[in-house]
Amino acid sequence: MSPSPSTTAHSLPPAGAWTRKDLVGIENLSPQEITLLLDTAAAFKEVGTREIKKVPALRGKTLVNFFVEASTRTRTSFELAAFRLSADVVNISASGSSLSKGETLKDTAKNLEALHADMIVLRHSSAGASQFLAERLQSSIINAGDGAHEHPTQALLDTFTIREKLGRIQGLHVAIVGDILFSRVARSNIHALLKLGARVTLVGPSTLVPRTFEKLGVTVTHDLQSVLAEADVFNLLRIQHERQRKEYFPSLGEYTALFGLTKARAEQLKPSALIMHPGPINRGVEIDSDIADSSRSVILDQVTNGLAVRMAVLYLCSTAAHHKHPSPSQP
Amino acid sequence: MNCTLIKQGRVIDPANRRDEVADLLLIDGRIAPPGSKPSPDSKTEEIDARGLIVAPGLIDLHVHLREPGQSAKETIASGTRAAAAGGFTSVVCMPNTTPAVDSPSVVTWILEKARAEACINVFPTGAITKAIAGEELAPIGSMHKAGIVALTDDGRCVQNHELMRRALEYARMFNLPVMDHCQDYNLVGKGVMHEGHVSTVLGLPGWPAAGEEIIVQRNALLAELCGTPIHCQHLSSGGSVRILREARSRGVPLSGEICPHHIALTDESLRSFDTNFKMNPPLRTQRDIDLLIEGVADGTITILASDHAPHCSYEKETEFDIAPFGILGLETQLGLFLKILVHEKKAIDLNRLVAMFTIEPARLLNLDRGTLSTGAPADVTLIDPSMEWICDKHQSASRSRNTPFHGWHLKGRAVRTIVAGKSVWQL
Repeated sequence: MSPSPSTTAHSLPPAGAWTRKDLVGIENLSPQEITLLLDTAAAFKEVGTREIKKVPALRGKTLVNFFVEASTRTRTSFELAAFRLSADVVNISASGSSLSKGETLKDTAKNLEALHADMIVLRHSSAGASQFLAERLQSSIINAGDGAHEHPTQALLDTFTIREKLGRIQGLHVAIVGDILFSRVARSNIHALLKLGARVTLVGPSTLVPRTFEKLGVTVTHDLQSVLAEADVFNLLRIQHERQRKEYFPSLGEYTALFGLTKARAEQLKPSALIMHPGPINRGVEIDSDIADSSRSVILDQVTNGLAVRMAVLYLCSTAAHHKHPSPSQP
Repeated sequence: MNCTLIKQGRVIDPANRRDEVADLLLIDGRIAPPGSKPSPDSKTEEIDARGLIVAPGLIDLHVHLREPGQSAKETIASGTRAAAAGGFTSVVCMPNTTPAVDSPSVVTWILEKARAEACINVFPTGAITKAIAGEELAPIGSMHKAGIVALTDDGRCVQNHELMRRALEYARMFNLPVMDHCQDYNLVGKGVMHEGHVSTVLGLPGWPAAGEEIIVQRNALLAELCGTPIHCQHLSSGGSVRILREARSRGVPLSGEICPHHIALTDESLRSFDTNFKMNPPLRTQRDIDLLIEGVADGTITILASDHAPHCSYEKETEFDIAPFGILGLETQLGLFLKILVHEKKAIDLNRLVAMFTIEPARLLNLDRGTLSTGAPADVTLIDPSMEWICDKHQSASRSRNTPFHGWHLKGRAVRTIVAGKSVWQL
């Protein structure tokens, strides 16, 4: 494997290099902005290796983890990222908020802002919910997943991990496998990878990987075999077979037979190929259990890198918001 | 005698194939014979109509007035004021109120309320099924007696084809046309926008065009089977036009309407997640727009309507997938249709546009309106077809503000609305 670029020191970007108060998606970011986020994450990754894993960058700032849709992994990652930046953190879930009493999202968020929340990390089941709040609030809005629309920090941590392991994104061939239609992870990854110069192939059942995706500039295939020996990265998405998915494919068994990364299929991969998964994994469904634990799996590196990426996002958006709305001078 | 003399306008009355510069005299709420003069002893109001079109009062057969039960969105009083400001002398109101118009008492309530508070004519429709639930027939005969002009479950669509067939057969006894909101629930599912590239990118649930077309085709088959006219409401898809054209060419009593937003906007507008672009059926593609306009040009689409659907700001200002469907339309539709169909695309001329807003809906619903025939009710709209103006939602007479056309430059506008000989609105 080529030397990892993360060994080269990355320093924090100069003030003004990042101008957005919010991160609502990858689609509207420039390649330069994505690279800036990744470089900043590389600088923060080093903090996690120190004995005292904390820097004062967001001291005095208040961050609200507003998770209208349940999540443990992403919420914990944002929470730890905020702690490491010395921010004060409050967690709110839908069942514990006034949304369950019929308050509108806008009103709930306005109340959080009235409590001087500097940043709101929003996870919501409706596509567009983060953009909706970003347009209406002074607080920074960080999208932690909105419906099937975007999950920008997941795409950033995925590209960060690829860049860290393979040294580049440009020119790589990334296969995203599984339920693309309902996946915000897939959409954000597609935007990020294409902007950074990768080739992207979407793989999965024709019901979950419709041809309409091709207009984005990706290749669509329903034959996993055709990319096994070709792709540099396999990003396997969690497959679900709940009530509403039963019309899309017949069974998990058939899914595994057609699209699961089995041992036999894993043997056909390039030696350098990475295996990724945003988690939580279904062992034996989208990925063979042993393959998930093998040396080419970078699933846990993704989790570790998620922390650094989220520190970078919080830091940059907080700094940009501060420049746009300077705090009043002390009396 | 009360006389109004509308002088030297371009009188367009498609029902009588009339298009000439002339005076039009209204006497005691009725149209006087062509060429008649006001008697010297009567008090006569004179209106200078030079440069204006003098049309039969416009009819919008697809309006949600929201009363009873949803008066925070709109009332019969405010909705009819908005209609008058848009040039309409008659509106046909939809039955998806609270309670639904599924009994003669609600029909009577609307008619009495309209008599007391409406500044224009209000014609109610009745639900096809009880509570618009699509399960049992509503008391169609009793509602007919109470004064409905058509049946519709608008907002919803009867999914059971057998029930729809029986409704059509039953409605024929009363010569009641049936209007249908064409939507197949299984195909559409939770769809909130056109299913296509944009819905793929946004991750919003898609509403495929086939979800409309399959019901338009169903209606073609049932209209042919039963002989009852079916009017397909707010057609959004080019494929629906093709089905309608084929059925009409064989003499099947099937008709269709389009709304201005479906030819003014595409699904690209949804990229902003602005819920003022959320309507049912959804905004589709430029290809659909082209085919809808082609359908207007060749006479396949016979009626223009607004689907005026007011909603409170707090209801619309929310997450996209939970916001209600629908937008305002009464005050902007004439300016949009004139601009797009007549001025820009030249798909139809002024005569045809007037016909699509007057005699076409009047014939479908068996109304004694939509013409300037001698003795007809003196409902008249004066239109400046080339006036350029800017839509300002804050000036709307509606109780609601949910329009995507705020700030749009429109061309063509009603300047005076006359109902039964009285001016109820003027610019």
